Amino acid sequence: MSMILGMFPSILMIVAPILITAIGGMICEKSGVVNIALEGLMAIGACTAASAHVLMESAGVPHQISIVLALVSGAFAGGAFSLIHAVAAINLNADQTISGTGINLLASGATIFASQILFSADRTREFRMGMQTDFMGIYPTAYIAIAVVILSWFMLYKLPFGMHLRACGEHPSAAESVGVNVKRMRYFAVLSSGVLAGLAGGCVVLTQTIQYTSNTINGRGFIALAAVSFGRWKPLGVLGAAFLFGAAQAFAIIANNIPALRVLPTEVFNILPYVTTLVALVLFSGKNYAPRAAGKPYEKGAS
Amino acid sequence: MMHAKRKQRLLQSDAAVSVLVVLLGFLCGTILIALVGKNPLNMYKALLQSVSGYNVDNGKMNVRYIGETLNYSVPFILCGLSMAFANRVGLFNIGGEGQYIMGMTMAQTIALLGPAIPYFHWMLAILGAVVVGAFWGGIVGILKAKYEVSEVVSTIMLNYIALYLSRIICLQLPGATTYKTANFPETALIGNSFFQKITNNSMLNNGIFMMIIAVLLYWFIMEKTSLGYGMRATGFNKEAARASGIPVVKSIALSMAISGAFAGLAGGIVALGSFKYGRVLSGMDNYGFEGIAVALVGNSTALGTMLAGFLFGMLKNAQALMQSKQIPKEITFIIQGLIVIFIALRSALKLYQEYMDKRSLQKEVGVK
Repeated sequence: MSMILGMFPSILMIVAPILITAIGGMICEKSGVVNIALEGLMAIGACTAASAHVLMESAGVPHQISIVLALVSGAFAGGAFSLIHAVAAINLNADQTISGTGINLLASGATIFASQILFSADRTREFRMGMQTDFMGIYPTAYIAIAVVILSWFMLYKLPFGMHLRACGEHPSAAESVGVNVKRMRYFAVLSSGVLAGLAGGCVVLTQTIQYTSNTINGRGFIALAAVSFGRWKPLGVLGAAFLFGAAQAFAIIANNIPALRVLPTEVFNILPYVTTLVALVLFSGKNYAPRAAGKPYEKGAS
Repeated sequence: MMHAKRKQRLLQSDAAVSVLVVLLGFLCGTILIALVGKNPLNMYKALLQSVSGYNVDNGKMNVRYIGETLNYSVPFILCGLSMAFANRVGLFNIGGEGQYIMGMTMAQTIALLGPAIPYFHWMLAILGAVVVGAFWGGIVGILKAKYEVSEVVSTIMLNYIALYLSRIICLQLPGATTYKTANFPETALIGNSFFQKITNNSMLNNGIFMMIIAVLLYWFIMEKTSLGYGMRATGFNKEAARASGIPVVKSIALSMAISGAFAGLAGGIVALGSFKYGRVLSGMDNYGFEGIAVALVGNSTALGTMLAGFLFGMLKNAQALMQSKQIPKEITFIIQGLIVIFIALRSALKLYQEYMDKRSLQKEVGVK
């Protein structure tokens, strides 16, 4: 029991960024836009946050301020890149999967390209000190994640604004007919998914490592994407899914210290979250929980 | 008027749009390099050397670069065909990477454990790679056709499952360390001594013949068989296909399996052609992901995908050359990403077309 309690902070550390990104992805899909660029947007956020932090650290900016500014700049960069997806998907009726794939490819190049220019290496320079844990050993990212979940739930289910946003994902022409501006709603949703993914990328780099490399994000964005469908497009569901994935990942690290489990290769635990998602998707199949208009471009006046 | 017509037709031709998109991608890349204070000319020098072997700076010729470019193109083309095949049925196969990894793993396993009989050994290994790739793709097809699981999510999951499964398997192979296994026996390799001789010891191997067969096969299935016809019909309009008696579920499952087979073949060829030992992967090779871009640039046609694959092979081979000329090699990923984004934006052309049609109609009506 004490061991599970001991695991708790590291689970939270791993879960927080996945959860933040997944909530962003959920908001985006709720409005009717599928965003598979989450992976790339996290990378952009992580690279920006790491670079900003390193540069401010060497410029002598106080640690706390530097961390906060780094996170903000990561979120900002993520939001800026998600604009590409927004314009493509909302204004130009582009195929959302293709544009998302393009952003993912672009991000993997752009982040390392930027490091090459800024630090003349294929990674950002190491910073001296990342985020600090509180007295319980928990990183502030966990509290950010919880705040994001509560805020998103409140916005989506308690405010008229959220109802309008969800309507855009279910039946955009009906929403438009009662005066909701579908395009504006979808812009808001895509941008918030970009901002949250960027913020989450910053959280990853400032808590789990000391620099940005091409391996920093390593599929977390895709896990977040899976968490959205596994969590059935509901804040609480997404919270549960993210926890499951995070716990499985943390377990892979911790299993090394448990003699009975050491006989199994760590990869067995690495596979767990992905297999779970697949099985869950099959089990929950038949009844579609996805927003009905997700992934479909909305043309005013059509149909 | 004539001019406008021709312009319209040009914009409607998929091939012309692809060329335009690629040029735009390179243009943006060039501007970016200039913006960060490097000389864009160096990028083009590297590209020229990668495709022709000619070094502009010292006037020397090294044919090895041609061989390497061709060799890099092979997995790009095959993964492109994989994506293209699924695309024709209206599916988005992001799982090329996983199918590629499974093919690679199977080929490595057979190469190390299979019977060391000349010819039979590598043929068995390649066949194994194709079959396991087809299996990995087939899972996606069945999940999609029977349980309506989105192929985008399921393929992403299967990519990671493949990566870790490959590690588990390869770590058990003879002589496995954390990153490589023992050397393959000679009978498992698909090297070609003639190619090595004429290309100054490049890694170019018999895989290129398999690639050409695969391209022909792709073209044949798609354009000449009723199977391909059914698949294309499913891609155009699922309901209409169903109504006209095409078995949609079978069509989807089968096409994902064939799609996976192409990527699996790519994995087998890379494993046995470009390496003398088995690799324990620590990350993905990304051929599968970039195959998506290859198919998109090639408009999912056999010839287009092959040409786009050569382009990507050239870019990949030029990476090291660029780095030696102080151009960050990641510019190639940026160009590829931009190309894919521009392809997504081509839907804007349709909107523009509609807008122009509407305006010309308004004008005609207004005049009368």
